[in-house]
Amino acid sequence: MAKYLMLKHYRGAPAGVNDVPMDQWTQDEISDHIQYMNDFATRLEATGEYVDGQALSPEGTFVRFDGEGRPPLTDGPFAETKDLIAGWMAIDVDTYDRALELAAELSAAPGAGGRPIHEWLELRPFLTEPPTITE
Amino acid sequence: MTREVDEVLLRSLTPGVLGILVRRGADFAAAEDAVQEALLEAFRAWPDDPPRDPKGWLVTAAWRRFLDATRSETARRRREERVEEEPPPGPTRELDDTLRLYFLCAHPSLTPSSAVALTLRAVGGLTTRQVARAYLVPEATMAQRISRAKRTVSGVRLDRPGDVATVLRVLYLVFNEGYSGDVDLAVEAIRLTRQLAAIIDHPEVAGLLALMMLHHARRAARTAPDGSLVPLADQDRARWDTTSIAEGVAILQAALTRDRLGEFQAQAAIAALHADAPTTEETDWVQVVEWYDELVLLTDSPVVRLNRAVAVGEVDGPRAGLAALAAVDGSVPRHTAVAAYLHERDGDPALAARLYAEAALHAPHLAERDHLTRQAARLNEAGSPRTPLALAPIHPPEEPS
Repeated sequence: MAKYLMLKHYRGAPAGVNDVPMDQWTQDEISDHIQYMNDFATRLEATGEYVDGQALSPEGTFVRFDGEGRPPLTDGPFAETKDLIAGWMAIDVDTYDRALELAAELSAAPGAGGRPIHEWLELRPFLTEPPTITE
Repeated sequence: MTREVDEVLLRSLTPGVLGILVRRGADFAAAEDAVQEALLEAFRAWPDDPPRDPKGWLVTAAWRRFLDATRSETARRRREERVEEEPPPGPTRELDDTLRLYFLCAHPSLTPSSAVALTLRAVGGLTTRQVARAYLVPEATMAQRISRAKRTVSGVRLDRPGDVATVLRVLYLVFNEGYSGDVDLAVEAIRLTRQLAAIIDHPEVAGLLALMMLHHARRAARTAPDGSLVPLADQDRARWDTTSIAEGVAILQAALTRDRLGEFQAQAAIAALHADAPTTEETDWVQVVEWYDELVLLTDSPVVRLNRAVAVGEVDGPRAGLAALAAVDGSVPRHTAVAAYLHERDGDPALAARLYAEAALHAPHLAERDHLTRQAARLNEAGSPRTPLALAPIHPPEEPS
């Protein structure tokens, strides 16, 4: 088994095929989209491949240590960053091909006009513990 | 025959059992551990062998666990010393014991998350696993949080009553931040507040209990079958729990006659006015505004001022609501959403749609974000569909590199 992170971007990913802001969809299209996403997660739970999923607020801040006795230095919101993560789903699957298949399925979620969004998702393997037998 | 353990009964006995151990001289942290282990033992043993005296059983089991733990500790230090036999129980002061536990678990030296966790375990009788699941954190994390909390309050003397407001804040948090898991935290918060109201005569305890019951009464109507939020104005009021409303109103009325108004009573009064109205239009908004005015005096909270602006909009029209809103700090959560609502009522759907879309960006919960996006979509759909707006909130245009 191997764990993968499927990353959804607010921005930073190439534009999807059916790239229309959600507030320009009809209410039914929004409902269908949410239903699709929920069904997808439920199905992965049933197959034993779901690990975790979270949505993130688009608002965030860069923070760094600014020296002893000084308050944390913050910068942001992410005005100048190109990349903004919208959320993720972690899966635990048998093969890389299965991970690709699931990511494609998630990217097919319906959007404006009821057509798939074809949104680009970023698929990243987890770095896991080394195996016991190495030679 | 295997029976189900009456979990609510089991948990309601927890604070009393813990109080007895502490009164017998056990320190709080060790006694709490022992009670927790006795609870787990009860879950295992009771289905096959239900005790005749559940509380006596728990006291015996917990005390044995405590002695075992003490013995092994002592044995390490002084193997030859005999551990005392079980001392005779002191005079019965069970109610006081439970009340002290509430104060201890909500002690001001604890962070809110620690106070919530400790209250749920020591007063509520939940297992660490249940508390962890409810707050979506790993069990080991919750175990650490609870044991740190116990260390923090270990030096606190139990003989002085605390400020009841600290206890109420903790119970309010449990009710209001109910997440998921196999325990219904809203129901648990009501149970704990009801238990508190039975042992302490305080109008704000009653006010909080009434507030919880009035909000809990609307729960079934608050979400659609697909999980989306249904705002107050659109709720099917036939689905409100009238028994819970009637009890909440009765508790509130009794509290208000004491003439010691506090913020929970005032909030409950507003909830009662909503519960009393057959529709949004028939709501006594004038009284709602008056109660918000009381709340502003009591708390001076910007959130209260924000909600007041909505009510002012209902009484004097959306322009008046917007004027009231202008005086509220713009960084308050839901400020933009309220502005969107008032601008829509004021007949400016295009501006309202933009504001709803912007509010969706700031929404603290997924369900709320979906709801606000839908509001924007509804207005855009009714206006000129598929016309891109200057502000495209969900997928902002890429910045030039």
